Amino acid sequence: MSVQDTQQAAMTLADHLPLLQVLVPFMAAPLIVVIGARRLAWGIAFAASLASAGIALAILLQVLDSGMISYHIGGWVPPLGIEYRIDAANAIVLLLIASVSTVVLPFAARSVAAEIARKHQTLFYAMWLLCLAGLLGMVATGDAFNVFVFLEVSSLSTYVLVSMGARRDKRALTAAYDYLIMGTIGATFFVIGIGFLYAATGTLNMADMAAIIRENGADRTIQTAFAFIVVGMGLKVAVYPLHLWLPNAYTYAPSVVSAFLGGTATKAAIYVLMRFMFTVFRPEFLFEVRALDLIMVPLALVAMFAGSIIAIFQRDMKRMLAYSSIAQIGYILLGIGFLTETGLSAAVIHLFNHGITKAALFMGAGALIFRSGSSFYRSLEGLGRTMPFTGFAIVIAGLSLIGVPGTAGFISKWLLVQAAIEKGWWPIALAVVASSLLAVIYVWRVVEVLYMKEPKSAGTRDEAPVSMLVPLWIAAAATVYFGFATELTLGAAQSAADSLMSGFSPVHAGGG
Amino acid sequence: MRHHLILRVITKLLAGAIMLFAFYVQFHGDYSPGGGFQAGVILAVAFVLYGLVFGLPAVQAVLPPWVVHKMMALGVLVYAGTGVISLFTGYAFLDYTALNPAHPEHGQELGILWVEGGVGITVTGVMVAIYYAFAGRPPRISDEEW
Repeated sequence: MSVQDTQQAAMTLADHLPLLQVLVPFMAAPLIVVIGARRLAWGIAFAASLASAGIALAILLQVLDSGMISYHIGGWVPPLGIEYRIDAANAIVLLLIASVSTVVLPFAARSVAAEIARKHQTLFYAMWLLCLAGLLGMVATGDAFNVFVFLEVSSLSTYVLVSMGARRDKRALTAAYDYLIMGTIGATFFVIGIGFLYAATGTLNMADMAAIIRENGADRTIQTAFAFIVVGMGLKVAVYPLHLWLPNAYTYAPSVVSAFLGGTATKAAIYVLMRFMFTVFRPEFLFEVRALDLIMVPLALVAMFAGSIIAIFQRDMKRMLAYSSIAQIGYILLGIGFLTETGLSAAVIHLFNHGITKAALFMGAGALIFRSGSSFYRSLEGLGRTMPFTGFAIVIAGLSLIGVPGTAGFISKWLLVQAAIEKGWWPIALAVVASSLLAVIYVWRVVEVLYMKEPKSAGTRDEAPVSMLVPLWIAAAATVYFGFATELTLGAAQSAADSLMSGFSPVHAGGG
Repeated sequence: MRHHLILRVITKLLAGAIMLFAFYVQFHGDYSPGGGFQAGVILAVAFVLYGLVFGLPAVQAVLPPWVVHKMMALGVLVYAGTGVISLFTGYAFLDYTALNPAHPEHGQELGILWVEGGVGITVTGVMVAIYYAFAGRPPRISDEEW
C-alpha cells in the first residue's frame, strides 16, 4: 500500500479537473446510448463538450500560472500508476480540441439532421463524445500505453463518424475503410514502438522513460522504438507520404465531422509526436540521429508545396480544404524540424490557429452543402451572393489560411519565418512565403466561385439557418481575434515550447 | 432444426449450466483466474449457442438487440460510476479506498467487484452484438438469382 498516496485524501473539485476533462465526455457518451432519446442526445453532447471546454480553459490558466499539474489515477503514484500530466504544451491543445468541439456542435444540430440517417443520429452524438474523450485523453495522459488506448478510442470512433457520411455519398464507406486500415497500421507501429521502449526502459510512464533514456543513453532498441513511433504517429498526423487516407476521409465525412476532425484529430496526433520527440527522446537524441533535418524538414517542405498545388486543382471545396490541411501540417512539422524554441512555438501556435481556421472553413463548406447539397465548385457558383453571411465568413477564414496580416494565420507564419531566419535557413523562409502564395490561389478560386459567378437562383436570399451561422461566425471571428490578441496563444505557445524543450522538469516561464 | 432432438435438448440443458458457470467465473474472479472479461464471454456463449440451435429470432426474443445495445453502454457507466463515487468522497478517480475508508482492503475488494461487474455487462453485450451482427446479415445472393 506504500505506493498509494495517503496524503491526497480530501481532494477538492479543482484537483480533479485534469481527470474530469476527459471523464465528462467519456461518461456522457454511454449515457446517451442508455437514455437512447434522439432529442436529448444533442443536449447531452453539447453540455458535456461545453463542460470540457470550460475545464480546459481553467486548466490552461492554472498551468500558465503555477506550472505542471499531475493527477494520479486511483491514487497510485507514478511511475507505477497511470498519471495525467498537464503542462502548457498539452493544456493549449486540450483547449483547442474541447473548444472546437463545443463551437461545432451547435452547427451539428441542423447539419446532422440533414445529412445523417435518423436512426443513426443518437449514436452519432455518442460517437462524437467518445472521439472527443479519446482525443482529450491522448493529449492529457502522461503514460505511454494510455496514449495508445486513447488513440484507439478516438480512432475507432472517427472511423464510424466518417462512415456516417454514407447517406450523402456512398464513397464515405470506402474512405472510412481506407482510414481504418491506414489508422490501424499507424496504431500498430506506434504500439510496437512503445513495446521496444518498454523493453529498453522497463517503464511506461513518459517522464520516467525520459529520465532512464537520459541516464543510460540511447541504444539500438531505443532508436528502433523512435523509428516505429515516428512512422506510426506520422500516419495519424498525415505527414506527407503517409497522408493518403486524409483527402477522402475529410471529403466524404459529414460536414460537421470534417469540421471537428480537421480542427482536432491531426492536431492531437501532432502533439503526441512532439511529446515523444522532445520529452521522451530529448532534442540531443534527435540531433544525434538527424531525424529532423534529414527527414522531417524535407518532407514538411514537400507537403507544403505538393499539398498546396494539389489543392489548387481541386473541383470540390471539401477536397481542396483537405489537401490544404496536408500543406498546413507541413508548416507545423517544419516548425518542429527547426529544433529551436522559436520553431517549436511556431509549431504549437500554428497548430492552434490552423485548428480554428480549418474548423471555420469546413463549417462554411457545411453551410453551403446544407443549401446546395454538394460541395463541388459547380454547384456552389454564386452562393456568396445568395448566402452573404456564410460567404463572408469563408472569406475571412480563407484569409487566415493564407496568413494575411490581422488574422491568426499571419501570427503563426510570421513566427515560422522568424524561426527560419534565426537559424539562418533563408531558402526555407522564402519557401514558407512562396507556399503561402499558392494558398492565395486556392482560396481565390473559392472566392471566385462564390462571388464572380452568376447564382442559379438569381436575386433570392437563401441564407443558412442561424444555428449554423453563429458557430461559423464565432470561429471566423476567433481567427481575427487571435490575429490581434496574441497574449494568450503566444504566451502559451512559448511556454509550451519551453516545457517541451526542457523535458518534463517543472521549469516554467509564467508570461512566456 | 426441428428434427435435431438431441441438439435441442442438450442445448436447453447446457444454456443454464453455461450461465451459472459464467457467474461463478465472475464472482470467483477475486480468488481464482477469471473476472469480468472471461465471464462476459462465457455468458454470451450461452446466448450464441441458443441462437445457433434455435435460430436468431428465438434468441432475440430472449435478449432483444436494443437491450444488448444498452448493456454495452451500461457496463461502461457502471465502471466509470464506481470511479466517480471516489471523487465525491475526496479521493482520486478509481481509488477504491473511498468505498470503505476505515478498511481500505474491503473498499478495494468491493471496488474491484463493481468494476468487474461493469466489465462483465459490457463484454456480454459486445459479444452478443457481434454475433447478432454476423447472424443477422442477409444471405448472399444465390447463383440462380443473378
